Amino acid sequence: MQTLIKGARVIDPGHLDAPCDVLINGDRIEAVQPAGTLAVQGNGVTVVEAAGKWLTPGLIDLHVHFREPGQEYKETILTGSRAAAAGGFTAVCTMPNTDPVNDDPAITALIRRKAETAGLVRVYPVAAISKGSKGEQLSEFGELKAAGAVAVSDDGLPVMSSLLMRRALEYADGFGLLVISHCEEMHLAAGGAMNEGPLATRMGLAGIPNAAESIMVMRDIALAALTGAPVHIAHVSTRESVTAIRRAKEEGIPVTAETAPHYFTLTEAAVAGYNTNAKMNPPLRTEADRQAIRQALAGGTLDAIATDHAPHAPMEKDVEFDRAPNGIIGLETALPLGLQLVADGVLTIETLITRMATTPARILGLPTGVRPGQPADLTLIDPEATFEVQAATMQSKSRNTPFENLRLKGRATMTIMGGKVTHQTPDGNPQPR
Amino acid sequence: MPLERKDILDMESLSVEEIQLILDTADSMKEISERPIKKVPVLRGKTVILFFYEPSTRTRTSFDIAAKRLSADSLSLSGDMSSLVKGETLLDTARNLEAMHPDVVVLRHRFSGAPHYLAKRLKASVINAGDGTHAHPSQALLDMLTVRRRKGTLEGLKVAIIGDIAHSRVARSNCAGFTKMGATVTLAGPPTMIPKGAETLGATVAPTVEDAITGADVVMMLRIQKERLKPFSMSSEREYARFFGLDRRRLALARPDALVMHPGPINRGVEIASEVADGPQSIILEQVTNGVAVRMALLYLVLGGSRNADPD
Repeated sequence: MQTLIKGARVIDPGHLDAPCDVLINGDRIEAVQPAGTLAVQGNGVTVVEAAGKWLTPGLIDLHVHFREPGQEYKETILTGSRAAAAGGFTAVCTMPNTDPVNDDPAITALIRRKAETAGLVRVYPVAAISKGSKGEQLSEFGELKAAGAVAVSDDGLPVMSSLLMRRALEYADGFGLLVISHCEEMHLAAGGAMNEGPLATRMGLAGIPNAAESIMVMRDIALAALTGAPVHIAHVSTRESVTAIRRAKEEGIPVTAETAPHYFTLTEAAVAGYNTNAKMNPPLRTEADRQAIRQALAGGTLDAIATDHAPHAPMEKDVEFDRAPNGIIGLETALPLGLQLVADGVLTIETLITRMATTPARILGLPTGVRPGQPADLTLIDPEATFEVQAATMQSKSRNTPFENLRLKGRATMTIMGGKVTHQTPDGNPQPR
Repeated sequence: MPLERKDILDMESLSVEEIQLILDTADSMKEISERPIKKVPVLRGKTVILFFYEPSTRTRTSFDIAAKRLSADSLSLSGDMSSLVKGETLLDTARNLEAMHPDVVVLRHRFSGAPHYLAKRLKASVINAGDGTHAHPSQALLDMLTVRRRKGTLEGLKVAIIGDIAHSRVARSNCAGFTKMGATVTLAGPPTMIPKGAETLGATVAPTVEDAITGADVVMMLRIQKERLKPFSMSSEREYARFFGLDRRRLALARPDALVMHPGPINRGVEIASEVADGPQSIILEQVTNGVAVRMALLYLVLGGSRNADPD
């Protein structure tokens, strides 16, 4: 089976930025040639007229929660995969805080199997650092890797013990597993519900100071320096964390970091009125933090944009603010929110794709690129498509987005994973001939 | 002039005119409580549900008496007898309450913003009787009424609020209320109990308790709320009393005619010495008395009463 994508502007950061025809044969890219020069004869070739659109390597999300096993009422691997494909993603890393926690090769294997059955997005399970994410005993990293895990993290239940974190870095490095750290000093965060500051004080909500994050970022950097093992910092939200990561990189310490679209788009002001759809951990911060995050994405201190897609059922968010669970869905809004950074002149389109595809692939050691021989994982973007965010029309099983009714410009009109079309908007119809 | 709002949620949302209306109405309500027959029929046939998710004796009793003096049917639900313990959500509880057609729901809740949540979902009026560490508007209004009756006005007064500001809904609502009415508010307490950005409440933060009290017209002491204290906020009650409590010596820094207030219940010998709590400048029990009048005014006004209508 062949697919020919004609005339799109191919944006493969560091490699190619030109109008091209791209031929997919089976699950691989077969040819990439200047637009108008690739002609394919024969039946069974699907042609996609893509002039005016952008074709990029498939987007990769380093941080999602698909809730399966155990919390299928929030999301399943199938619905999460649909959401990912609809957002232009061809690969995601699923966090281990399922029920039970993914600390067991059988669970890792189950996630892989379900994802393969769904067949919409490559799912790379992140296994737990500690058994049950309880911070007491290392999980079996070797077994977990053999079952398909690509990284380890105690996301959501961060590792408080510096000794455990040190050992995790050392042990994971030996297996070639990445350690992803949710940086939160939980004693200092003290069960807070939003960013600490004047707004929290006025609203009578317990605040989480920036330092609750940056202290642990600095600790993990120190441990990466001590062990020489790489650490990846999840969902950076503060300017102090950005400064610490920049300095660590200058010193050659092996640290990478991601942020999420909500941290470069929103501030704590979104919480006003006790809006539980703006409640997340780390919390939305101030404008100074938001600006620092944006600049760090431009300058490369922050390597990747990950969604921290965290579905929760409507009834769980429809409660008193303090009782609401943390997190928002993000897979179907990440790309347009990223494109807004391009529209704002913060990032070039090449840098955006670097942060959403190329670097995430490098961090995970995955192939990427719009090049002959590479897996046909591709995202076709219509930069002019405008739409209004309507949670009710999303593919995710949950509806918890703070971006409801926001008008956005630019979206994935087609997603191709392993040569297979996993998503297409009605206006992006392929034309069989 | 009627009150053009369904709910009383916090002081920030009330205008100067509305506060004035509530205080004036409360003034006129006071006399009812002094009659031999302490009851007028203005809210006859109205149903007031007192929904207290958090233990409270004073505020609940005060609202209850206020409702009864206006002839409303009042009914108390507490968290431990309600369906909350059976796992019902606030939303479902609200829907069930709504189905019984109450006119007013008075809500006390341990989470900030819960009354705002309820107000959006109920046709009935919601009066916030204290939510988490956020707001306690009826307390602020009764404090303002008490001071206004003593001083004649709130304008230009210097108010010191001392204690655990971080966890005090009383402090937040009084900051908003008193400053709206032209008073200045100064906050002080152990630095562990001053929240980040406390100035945003409209007050200034004094470096010491003495600084805050010096020259004050009103000294309001906050209760050390042991149930809300976060770890490491204070060392000992003895030390608190010595460095942050109100005793005669510290009170002498205030104006000679300064009023001593406390929202109660007081921890004698901790935030306030008995000699001050029971002393001539203390108006703590007047606060309680005025609490009934303010709550009568709130119930009356949210149910469509207007100041010039004769409550008889």
